[in-house]
Amino acid sequence: MTPTIDTVGNAEQTPDVEQPFAELGLKDDEYATIREILGRRPTDTELAMYSVMWSEHCSYKSSKVHLRQFADDAPTSDAMLVGMGENAGVVDVGDGLAVTFKVESHNHPSYVEPYQGAATGVGGIVRDILTMGARPIAVMDSLRFGDADAPDSRRLVPGVVAGVGGYGNCLGLPNIGGEVGFDPSYAGNPLVNALCVGVLPHHRLQLAQAKGAGNQVVLLGAKTGRDGIGGVSVLASATFEAGSETKRPSVQVGDPFTEKILIECCLELFDAGLVTGIQDLGGAGLSCATSETAGHGDGGMHINLETVPLREASMTPIEVITSESQERMLAIVEPAKVAEVLALCDKWGVIATVIGEVTDGERLVITWHGETVVDVPPRSLADDGPVYQRPVARPDDEQDALNANGSKTLPRPTTGDELRATLMRMVASPELCSRSWVTEQYDRFVLGGTVLATPNDGGLVRLGDDTTRGIALALDGNGRFTKLDPHDGAQLNLAEAYRNVACTGATPLAVTDCLNFGSPEDPGVMWQFAEATRGLAEACRELGTPVTGGNVSFYNQTGSTAINPTPVIGVLGVIDDVAKRVPSGFTAAGRQIVLLGETHDELDGSAWAWVEHGHLGGHPPAVRLDAEQALAGLLAAAARDGLIDAAHDLSEGGLAQALVEAALINGIGATVALGGDTFTALFSESSARAIVTTDAADALLATAAAQGVPAVSIGTTGGDAIEVEGEFAVSLAELRVAFEGTLPALFG
Amino acid sequence: MSATLTVGVVTFPGSLDDRDAARAVTASGATAVSLWHGDTDLKGVDAVVLPGGFSYGDYLRGGAIARFSPVVAEVIRAANDGMPVLGICNGFQVLCEAHLLPGALVRNAGLRFICRDQQLTVENASTRWTSGYTEGETITIPVKHGEGRYVATADTIAELEAEGRVAFRYQGGNPNGALNDIAGITNAAGNVVGLMPHPEHAIDLLTGPSADGLTMFTSVLKSLVAA
Repeated sequence: MTPTIDTVGNAEQTPDVEQPFAELGLKDDEYATIREILGRRPTDTELAMYSVMWSEHCSYKSSKVHLRQFADDAPTSDAMLVGMGENAGVVDVGDGLAVTFKVESHNHPSYVEPYQGAATGVGGIVRDILTMGARPIAVMDSLRFGDADAPDSRRLVPGVVAGVGGYGNCLGLPNIGGEVGFDPSYAGNPLVNALCVGVLPHHRLQLAQAKGAGNQVVLLGAKTGRDGIGGVSVLASATFEAGSETKRPSVQVGDPFTEKILIECCLELFDAGLVTGIQDLGGAGLSCATSETAGHGDGGMHINLETVPLREASMTPIEVITSESQERMLAIVEPAKVAEVLALCDKWGVIATVIGEVTDGERLVITWHGETVVDVPPRSLADDGPVYQRPVARPDDEQDALNANGSKTLPRPTTGDELRATLMRMVASPELCSRSWVTEQYDRFVLGGTVLATPNDGGLVRLGDDTTRGIALALDGNGRFTKLDPHDGAQLNLAEAYRNVACTGATPLAVTDCLNFGSPEDPGVMWQFAEATRGLAEACRELGTPVTGGNVSFYNQTGSTAINPTPVIGVLGVIDDVAKRVPSGFTAAGRQIVLLGETHDELDGSAWAWVEHGHLGGHPPAVRLDAEQALAGLLAAAARDGLIDAAHDLSEGGLAQALVEAALINGIGATVALGGDTFTALFSESSARAIVTTDAADALLATAAAQGVPAVSIGTTGGDAIEVEGEFAVSLAELRVAFEGTLPALFG
Repeated sequence: MSATLTVGVVTFPGSLDDRDAARAVTASGATAVSLWHGDTDLKGVDAVVLPGGFSYGDYLRGGAIARFSPVVAEVIRAANDGMPVLGICNGFQVLCEAHLLPGALVRNAGLRFICRDQQLTVENASTRWTSGYTEGETITIPVKHGEGRYVATADTIAELEAEGRVAFRYQGGNPNGALNDIAGITNAAGNVVGLMPHPEHAIDLLTGPSADGLTMFTSVLKSLVAA
């Protein structure tokens, strides 16, 4: 049986046919708007395209009004070459080089199918970076799961980690850092956020636009199959209910080998100047790539949809236009260069097919064996989707109760033995234990430019063999602080990533964010979102680090329970000479350990409160952006002048955790003497703090004083134990067993 | 003098560490020459490196397709004529598939990809690629692979051990369950060496855990000058 194809002509003649717009995720008024735009009912294919393009995932319809602050309030930065709105922001780093980076979520697919969901999350963000004309040079990942010992974590954690590793390793991209978190709020809603960074010479910058009537539209890469049909509307833009395993066909399947040759092939195309525009096929597949390039061009576009190479011949036009098959790119090529493009693709074994051309006029027309199935203004799909001012309401009762329930009443350890026991339980907890089980599954060496990677505070890569210049990256999120106070919590997340970059010796330059929240239809969630974006925009302005791009992931909730609001923040920094980089681990015995910053009694929302008491309440630590900036300035100067040989930021778990981590990296212990309340000194999570080691303490303390950074020498490195004078000592061997045994015991 | 020596680095579709191998060749003082999988001649190079990666996607078995590429046919011919050939990781798999070296590399015992700084014992310091080391020396070189467990028949293992053809052995923990902790082997003539660890990722202290890997590349240059 030949299925009847709903053509534009047919749509005009049958205006009253009932259409399944609600099943496709469109609201009544959205459907009415489509009819108004077209002056008729949409064809089935058009309806499918509007459904995916107007989904929350593609259209940012609930977040747009809030995200505008990132552009409107952005700090002026000469470094910004391409700002928000493109596939990824592009930042000038000097020497004619630019860097592009972005973090993106693949949360829902990873819950349904952990390996492929995570793998294609990496694949998707890598193509975004490639689309800008950049060679991808590193990836990072931020992962969050339910409780580590929850049954579903045994399925999700190994699958997601293997997926991130399997794709990135096979693609030949070093994984230089990230984070793994556990909290029951992510049960049923794991967060899989992947970041990619790439480098390009300024002149290779590409834009996603189809210009020049007569130019050819060439589809590159994998054949189109039935995987990932409507992934953005079905998976990414709705809340999970029971029976989500039936959504498995909506998860894409990745093939990193195809992506690897696609990358090499595209870079050669760019270098040879053979394309005038390029766009990757990600969420919403061809629907998105054709409408965005046409919408951002100077005319229209005609696509002969039947020319798209298919995995299954029986696919319908709707399936072809909405498929999210991976490893595909859309290139706009001048007619005279088509032969050269096809030849270069043939060299790499990349399938390349002319599927249409740029046209005069302002319509995106798609035909299927000569019959017109789509005839729409492309901007109506790509740019003019619905924009919602969702209701925002602070859930006063719940939030007030949460904030009132501080950690002050929790029993604290007082004796040396109690402090020691607390430390041992905390370093062994899933919250704070070693992530080696995860990061050993990622290649951190490939490409030969990795100067720092996990477990250092930030990743740092050299930008090429003929330059000393490098970039540092850190990726941080803390859903508990953000739950307690979305505004301050988001700022603290930014501050932590900023501080981590500063600890490597690099100077923070720009920001990318992945905003993971619950349902935007819940006014309480929208309040969290509005507060977090407001806080983030303010802090970016104060720190002078603009947001260059990112991603919003809503509907991270099961039933009516939303995840802890989790803005994951990536900060990019630049360092002139990678040889000046500062590692996190102690590098030599006999060095003075200097604590930078001020410690206050700030334990609400801390790892201690959570691990020891399962407690979350009160107010997060105070945000101290001036102090963060001063600290970053000091760290950059001290690195440049060779005053420090290790630096580690203080965050989750406080000073105690920082000392343990810094000591275990190279097996060099420490003896410290802490004034005041030892418990607070060890476990408080006050912001704007770091420890550094130095053999030039006088010079360092003088520089710190001159720059207004509180600094105090707290002890020396050396030995095979961590000793807190007058309180307790614990051997590195015992710490190592506790710190490193937890994840292998849980996940094999 | 050694600047005139050339070392070819093969790129298959899916090769990943080819640029790193070329960088190591350059750091050793030779000129790196890029060889493409479809090449039918070796461009007059003095030695060849088959780098790490996932050649042709490695869908069947690591190296199983690469072994039939035009360039590997030339490498086999040259190796049998005595040209120094080094196979790293996927390159080691290709050498085994091509029967230039015995045995095979199978899935890690832990079934997981593993990336870590690995200590190795240099067991044979008389091959073209290891002469710069001292027998019994401990070196640190990264491993990163999912299919690196060296296996062979009992007879082959006995022969390798008896003839001193185990070039490198894992020390301080076997990452993949390889028989006899074997990390790398040589052919009887000592011109063909394959190993799972990545010497090209240990050429300086800035980007690697040591500079121990560079010695493999300088060893072959010295042997070529001497030859």
